[in-house]
Amino acid sequence: MSDEKKSMIKQALTGLRATLLLTVITGVLFPAILYAAGQALFPEQANGSLIRRADGTVIGSKLIGQSFADPKYFHPRPSAAGSGYAGESSSGTNLGPTTGKLINGDKDFSGIKQLALQYRQENGLADDVALPEDALTRSGSGLDPHISPINAALQSARVVKTRHLDAGVVAQLVAQHTEPRELGVFGEPRVNVLLLNIALDQVHEEKP
Amino acid sequence: MTLEAFLQYLIFIAVVSALVRPVGAYMADVFQRKTTFLDRVLVPLEGISYKICGIDGEQQMKWSEYFFGFLWVTVWGTLLLFGVLSLQVFLPWFFAKYMTTPMTFDLALNTAISFSTTTTWQAYGGETTMGYASQLVALVSGSFLGGAAGLAVGVAFIRGFANSRDDNLGNFYVDFFRALYWILLPLSLIGGIFLISQGTIMNFESYTQAVGLEGHPQALAQGPAAALEIIKNLGTNGGGFFNVNGAHPYANPSALTNFVGMLAIAVLPAAFTYTFGAMTNRRRDGWALYVVMVIFFVAQIACCHYFESHGNPMINHATHLTDRGNFEGKEVRFGVPQSVLTAMTTSNTSTGSYNSMHDSYTPLGGMVALINMLVGQFVFGGLGGGLYCIVFWVLFTMFVVGLMVGRTPEYLGEKIGPNEVKLVALYTLVTPLTVLILSAIAISTKDGLAGLTTNIGPHGASSILYAYASCCATNGQNFAGLSANSPFYNFSTVLAMIAGRIGLALPAVALAGRLALQPTRASTPGTMPSDTPTFVLVLISTILIIGGLSYFPILIIGPVMEHYLMHGGQLF
Repeated sequence: MSDEKKSMIKQALTGLRATLLLTVITGVLFPAILYAAGQALFPEQANGSLIRRADGTVIGSKLIGQSFADPKYFHPRPSAAGSGYAGESSSGTNLGPTTGKLINGDKDFSGIKQLALQYRQENGLADDVALPEDALTRSGSGLDPHISPINAALQSARVVKTRHLDAGVVAQLVAQHTEPRELGVFGEPRVNVLLLNIALDQVHEEKP
Repeated sequence: MTLEAFLQYLIFIAVVSALVRPVGAYMADVFQRKTTFLDRVLVPLEGISYKICGIDGEQQMKWSEYFFGFLWVTVWGTLLLFGVLSLQVFLPWFFAKYMTTPMTFDLALNTAISFSTTTTWQAYGGETTMGYASQLVALVSGSFLGGAAGLAVGVAFIRGFANSRDDNLGNFYVDFFRALYWILLPLSLIGGIFLISQGTIMNFESYTQAVGLEGHPQALAQGPAAALEIIKNLGTNGGGFFNVNGAHPYANPSALTNFVGMLAIAVLPAAFTYTFGAMTNRRRDGWALYVVMVIFFVAQIACCHYFESHGNPMINHATHLTDRGNFEGKEVRFGVPQSVLTAMTTSNTSTGSYNSMHDSYTPLGGMVALINMLVGQFVFGGLGGGLYCIVFWVLFTMFVVGLMVGRTPEYLGEKIGPNEVKLVALYTLVTPLTVLILSAIAISTKDGLAGLTTNIGPHGASSILYAYASCCATNGQNFAGLSANSPFYNFSTVLAMIAGRIGLALPAVALAGRLALQPTRASTPGTMPSDTPTFVLVLISTILIIGGLSYFPILIIGPVMEHYLMHGGQLF
């Protein structure tokens, strides 16, 4: 075998050994350390920020939205994940701005027009009330846990009426669950729908 | 633009700019093997690693040896990834019930090449395809190795300019290991723990069975996501743990994690311009490159923000709205500003992570991201790759300027003779040829058009162009409405990835080898200075004219036509 060939093989083997060693370090050791650190320092977050009932069963996650249809609850944004808020398969619609389906819908998909009509009917809103964009569009993940504060405000009257609660109590709950921009600057103000609905149920139960 | 949006963009650019010098100087120290504060721990570890792998740390490599080192690591990495992915059903933490996408031969090959070239184009959805062992052993390690290998090539490229009559470009393995041990691993550990503290998950549980308040069952995908979510950004890879990448709340729970993620992407490549200036001892020239990057970045953000915040006229006419912009495919916690910041940062840096669905962007908002990928991602750019991309634009500019004044072009004291110009031309042609030819094939064949399951019309043309532009830029972003998990797209996008990674690294390293041999000349009164405002302006104009014209026709057929049709109320 010529020297050139030998050196070529040697080079290839060095590359193989380096790749194997670094795969173990970055693909096994690094995740193991990160996992141990996460479980030791922030176990709640590392395990999905889950919310449990008194009996230990899981209601959901603080970070993941879920479906609500009952008028006594605040409703999340429409979702394109599975049949709606499927936590095992995140997805957006990926509909482009000029697709007819996005605007007009089809037989098993509500377009913006149908969603707007439905939102106005559910909440008893006249045609000249400006609707928040997030109430009519599907999020990127299909699991968006938040709605905008305007969206929550427009739904409040419906929740108050269905639950026969004092409007002030609901307004206060919404205010308590409105999260500001991070560090005052980043992102948008928002309301976590699941946390708000849980709080609403608790208040409702306390009342006779 | 609202004050809040403006501030978010401004703070981002200010923080990146403030970190350019300290981080860039640190990287220069790492690759020149000067002392750093991590040496006490890492030098012994480095020594042991070289012993295990049979690497002689003192050996110097000529450009071809250096390139072969890079090539071997890429090839072995690909094979290893392919093996792990193909065998994933036998590995632990594979929950067959939820894995609805089968790992076919073409998907495994596509994913393996995609991660080892830092493209991380994902033709699959993470939580419906990948077991946790695949996510870690194949995808996390692939992201680390790909990112480090890219950075090493960038370092060799710098040595080409720094050396005078010395054709040794350093040792690939030393640069590769140092990139991992001194830069990517420590930063990933700190960043990963930060992500977990904010809510990014890191566990090995099966999918959680929840019963919602209204009694609906909901399965929540779990897994060791934080490990991939940090390196996908730091290594400018972009392949996320979940189907929707950074839009998933378990991956990117808040605007703060998003902001930190964008810093993780931009800071290293931005600071690499300083490393370039420091290692060639021409710091002003390094800053000039950074200034050009920032000017383009500001312009891109302004354009994309304008179109996204004005929304889609057809939606705006469908009902009375609050006028907060295009929200389809965007998350409430990010809003338009953090979505636009992310789209611009990742499309510029061969990263390709995303936190909003680009397919649902307005036509021209999406076109900005598309153009960023087509002109080669020189704004910050991929680890290593971003620098040689902008330097190739500089050399092209010097060539044009040289033609105008009738002098042999020079840059940093290196003469750009006919052979060097040929390498520059070769480099410049790789992307347009690959992207335009593959797009033309896809648009004119049945298999290609079969991918258009969600969007048709001019938007369909945009999504096909986007796919190849993204793969050739080793970016990996997509218009996700394109059904790309078919043999046609799995094989054809692989061609674009190889062209974009190997096809661009080869001329870069070869050029470095040629320039390293040249003596560095002192500048004369006839030399075009490369650290002045005039130069910055000439460079910007050249990029606009040449970069813009190459793709003008296809951009007209896709996004531009769609823009006018959208305003005319045309639906498909």
